[in-house]
Amino acid sequence: MNKTHNNKAWWLVLPMFALVAFSAIIPLMTVVNYSVQDIFDQNTAYFVGVEWYQEVLRNTRLHDSLLRQFIFSFSVLAIEIPLGILVALLMPKEANWKTSLVLILLALPLLIPWNVVGTIWQVFARGDIGLFGWAVNAMGFEYNYTANALDAWLTVLLMDVWHWTPLVALLCYSGLRAIPEAYYQAAMIDRASRWAIFRYIQLPRLKGVLVIAVLLRFMDSFMIYTEPFVLTGGGPGNATTFLSQSLTQMAVGQFDLGPAAAFSLIYFMIVLLVCWLFFTTITHMDKERQ
Amino acid sequence: METVSFFGWMAWTQPTALFFIGIGSILVCMTIWEIKRPCTERKGFLPIATTRGDRLFISLITSGFIHLSVVGATEWSIWTAFGLSVTLLLVTLKWG
Repeated sequence: MNKTHNNKAWWLVLPMFALVAFSAIIPLMTVVNYSVQDIFDQNTAYFVGVEWYQEVLRNTRLHDSLLRQFIFSFSVLAIEIPLGILVALLMPKEANWKTSLVLILLALPLLIPWNVVGTIWQVFARGDIGLFGWAVNAMGFEYNYTANALDAWLTVLLMDVWHWTPLVALLCYSGLRAIPEAYYQAAMIDRASRWAIFRYIQLPRLKGVLVIAVLLRFMDSFMIYTEPFVLTGGGPGNATTFLSQSLTQMAVGQFDLGPAAAFSLIYFMIVLLVCWLFFTTITHMDKERQ
Repeated sequence: METVSFFGWMAWTQPTALFFIGIGSILVCMTIWEIKRPCTERKGFLPIATTRGDRLFISLITSGFIHLSVVGATEWSIWTAFGLSVTLLLVTLKWG
């Protein structure tokens, strides 16, 4: 087949390029500039070299935040991805009102703004007036997310699972619906087990949406701010202080723009690296199998 | 003047300007090279098959982390990290 090559179409990308330049590249350049200076105001700035990077990289509180952030993001992925696939597999396949109802119910948590999610769970998980906290206490467990670090962690994790598993489920559901019926008929003729159908038909066909789901959930959970801020305020102690909250404390609370800029760039590089690793691993696994 | 205040807002310094000019020049050169001699995916010492652009990206991101490691964990000069990164870039582009 002969393909028509017309490179003039590239000019159509220019508006998008201008938009990205103004919304991402220029601000990012400014952050790089800030990260090597001690900024007092618009006209007073002193070049300090890599001092802020040194300070940030050797700050043990930030090491702890980073570790917490990784544990949180990987826990989120480990729970939400399998759970989302499971929910999608259990959803009705026929196009009728039941399916529509399930889809709407599933999408509800996604429509709630982040700070409202935090507030809902703050009340819901309280031992005295919240149903969840009261129920857990009534079952005989000592549960208090404002005083116990583990409880706070589990609450933040549960809140994220509640909020975002529907996204994974909806993505997987759309992926499952795109599999042609002929594949299932062939599997039935071969008397394939339920597991074999999942392993060799559904899972490989879900790869595309799963890449998106994993990347979205990783990036989003790695940058989580509002929900834990509203729910626990980073506490008890620093137990649920994640990276973005440490960054905000530095940039807005203490107004240390230089160190905050250095910290942002390190944060950005970690997100970039992990996303690239995920993306490359998943896409290359596919190529090798072929 | 408007332009002066715009650049004032961005708080430019000479080292960061040189850094961005460097990155920009690399991108422009790579684009020209790609147009003159389009590359194909190949397998070198890296565990995956890569194009020239992939190798550049891998080198740049690794260079970033080399700089961070040198600044964060050692007392070496930043130029050591720079030297290591340039060597890595050339080696990766050639044999990666």
